[in-house]
Amino acid sequence: MTPSNPTYQYVGKSVLRNEGRNKVTGRAVYVDDIATPGALYAKTIRSTVACGRIKDIQFGPGIPWDEFTVVDVRDIPHNVVELIKADQPVLCDGVVRHREEPILLIAHPDKGMVENAAREIKITYEVEPAILEIGPGAVQTEYLIVEGDVDAAFASSDIVFEETYQTGSQEHVYIEPNGFIAEWQGDRIVLHGSLQCPYYVVKAVKMCFGIEEKQVEVIQETTGGGFGGKEEFPNVVALHAALLAKKSGKPVRLIYDRQEDMACSTKRHPSVSRVKIGVSRDGVLKALDFDFQIDAGAYVTLSPVVLSRGVLHAGGCYRWPAARIRGRSFTTNSPPYGAFRGFGAPQSLFATECAINAVADRLGMDPAEFRRKNFLHKGDKMPTGQVLDVEPNLDAMLDRVIAMSGWAEKRASMKKGSGRGVGLATILHGTGFTGSGEVYLQSRVALAGRADGKVDILVGSTEIGQGTETIFRQIAAEALRLPMEQVEFHKIRTSAVPNSGPTVASRTCSVVGRLVQRAAEQMFEKLDGKSVAEYVKANGSLRTETQFEPRPGLKWDDATYKGSAYGAYSWMCNVAEVQVDPVTATPKVETIFATVDIGTLINPTLAYGQVEGGVAQAVGWATSEKVTLRDGVMANCQMTNYIIPTSVDAPDIQLEFMPTPDPFGAFGAKGVGEMPMDGPAPAVTAAIGHAINKTISAIPATPEDLIS
Amino acid sequence: MTTNITFQLNGREKTVQAHPMARLLDVLRQDCSLTGTKEGCGEGECGACTVIIDGRAVMSCMVPVCQVHGSKVESIEGLESMGADGQTCLHLIQEAFIKCGGAQCGICTPGMIMAAVAYLRQPESAPGGVAEALEGNLCRCTGYTRIFESVKTAIDRMKTGANQSR
Repeated sequence: MTPSNPTYQYVGKSVLRNEGRNKVTGRAVYVDDIATPGALYAKTIRSTVACGRIKDIQFGPGIPWDEFTVVDVRDIPHNVVELIKADQPVLCDGVVRHREEPILLIAHPDKGMVENAAREIKITYEVEPAILEIGPGAVQTEYLIVEGDVDAAFASSDIVFEETYQTGSQEHVYIEPNGFIAEWQGDRIVLHGSLQCPYYVVKAVKMCFGIEEKQVEVIQETTGGGFGGKEEFPNVVALHAALLAKKSGKPVRLIYDRQEDMACSTKRHPSVSRVKIGVSRDGVLKALDFDFQIDAGAYVTLSPVVLSRGVLHAGGCYRWPAARIRGRSFTTNSPPYGAFRGFGAPQSLFATECAINAVADRLGMDPAEFRRKNFLHKGDKMPTGQVLDVEPNLDAMLDRVIAMSGWAEKRASMKKGSGRGVGLATILHGTGFTGSGEVYLQSRVALAGRADGKVDILVGSTEIGQGTETIFRQIAAEALRLPMEQVEFHKIRTSAVPNSGPTVASRTCSVVGRLVQRAAEQMFEKLDGKSVAEYVKANGSLRTETQFEPRPGLKWDDATYKGSAYGAYSWMCNVAEVQVDPVTATPKVETIFATVDIGTLINPTLAYGQVEGGVAQAVGWATSEKVTLRDGVMANCQMTNYIIPTSVDAPDIQLEFMPTPDPFGAFGAKGVGEMPMDGPAPAVTAAIGHAINKTISAIPATPEDLIS
Repeated sequence: MTTNITFQLNGREKTVQAHPMARLLDVLRQDCSLTGTKEGCGEGECGACTVIIDGRAVMSCMVPVCQVHGSKVESIEGLESMGADGQTCLHLIQEAFIKCGGAQCGICTPGMIMAAVAYLRQPESAPGGVAEALEGNLCRCTGYTRIFESVKTAIDRMKTGANQSR
């Protein structure tokens, strides 16, 4: 069932993917597909210890080093990867803070020579003890949210439940590894890359080289998956390529192979959550005390914001008369963790949902009925003090997923420990940037009419597989009342498109889409009945621009962490059905049933694709994807031994959309991409727990973990 | 040390001068300028580099080019055909991937489509059906649902007699 508004021409229709033809014919050009005659092949030389000091670097014999371009820390104008905090060097400054830290860059016209030469560089270290777990290291960022009298609420609770939950890291495994091609044209650098956020790269390059923004041109090539892994990490790749290109005076290709990409790139933050819940005997939640801790790795990257989203989602979709939520990120000597779909929320919501299921169990209540008693409704206050101004419709969504999945019959017929089980998780996900983030971003989009009668959409929001090009064309054509064939998505090169903010945080469709809609509405008014071609001919040009405006009444205080954390929330109710092999303990997730509220579906086929893909990633995170760190580095940095779901492993996914449109999102759209990462993991572990009659409090729940 | 290696590439005879142990993937992408075949892992796990060699779906990153001497190699670029009107026509499976949402970021798509084509031609090669046929091709975007639907749609269209000579 996919509701759509019959008055719309394009919105709500499964319009075919804009770049689909190029992708199915192999014509789509990814960065590694670009021919670069005369270019150098580059490689990054990395640390082999997690903590210490560089004592000596030796360039071995038998290599014609004079043919190589070698960049070291002395070649860097300003040795900082510009992001939230200026703490990460572009190349190691002598102090090694994590394994795989970049130390040297080398390049040569012959790719094979580069590989050989890399093996002949010997770096010796004064090794120091490394911190490789949450706890002993320094607290990097801390948040505390308190609502109500928490201690009194626990004192008045009939039952107090406490448990600790852990989630492992996760590698993105975009099928296209990171890569950039850099070339200086005079004092201007041109960078072609696989990336989510072109203006992050602009800022990083500008700051590192001390040049003007107009001297940096970032061009996004077709990007083979991101999932957060190409949010901030490409900054590092771009800087390295740019440095080698500067020193050599030649174009430079820096394309990672899979092992390097997996070993050195950012991953999902591992977490530990201590959850304490107070509840009355009849199943009414009284109090929450949540201590959320994440491993940030060696540098700050985006950890404060990941921590923030984790903290802001920790209360889940429940009413807490009193809540205390504390979040801390810890500096360690692991490679820096970074953005990954869900951005902290999957970690904290895993703990919340596991705990809710466990408390229901303790009370002898059906977890669905327990949730129903405690769901958030319109007018309820969340832990930040945000009062929900729309009804989340959770009761209906829960009813429907229970009916779809046959929850009651299956729970009754599948005995605990029978090898089969079902599990439930209900979650929310905030659309767009946290708190005042969207205001700070001041995203801008533009539409430009052309003499040939077509309209270009000018944004920095990238297509990374989720369908940006298609949905923006649908939105613009709808508001312009033009045929979609007359609306085109302009290739992203930063000299030509405005900064519409990063392609992250489930903000593209809803938040940036809204700006596209407004720019199109303004253009429609400006045209006043004229055709685009007529207007351009008469006036020389046709352009409208819009900038983000906060929704009325939305207030957020960064200092107190109080207020409306997000303008809109998406909601999802998940039921997992699993079978656990009695001999090998291998869990097979057979089906994920879900009801989903992402507001208006701009494009149903793309929306299904987003949710299904997210569900599969979440099931992988829950059951098979284990980042095994050994001496501070991912020991299984290959697709051979880091196991993402195959076509045989992936569950059957049964979805039903139940939209509650957001009046401030594009045609009523809310966040889509990240939410499906939140719910399946706790639903799956609840189902596995049911199947083997055991409590699962850590993921991934691999067969090895389940047997021990 | 290079040598001449001759094979049929997308229906035409092709001779390349290459190191006999050069990966077929690199020969296709560099010597033949056919960049539709992608490298995802370089170790025969992800399937992004899948091509069809003598009727079988094979990962080209694991094939030394000397092994295809005298063979028939098909890559994604060979799937389209020339229609009566002189325009290129997509293969049914390519159309189905567009229609059903089988491609998202697209990097696994050429390999996935080649594996699907090998299966469509020889369904008995995977008695377990579509999921088994595509087990060697990883997709991180779709969760496979829409890929299965794409392949099933193509099969249905073949059964209903849509023009399918290849």
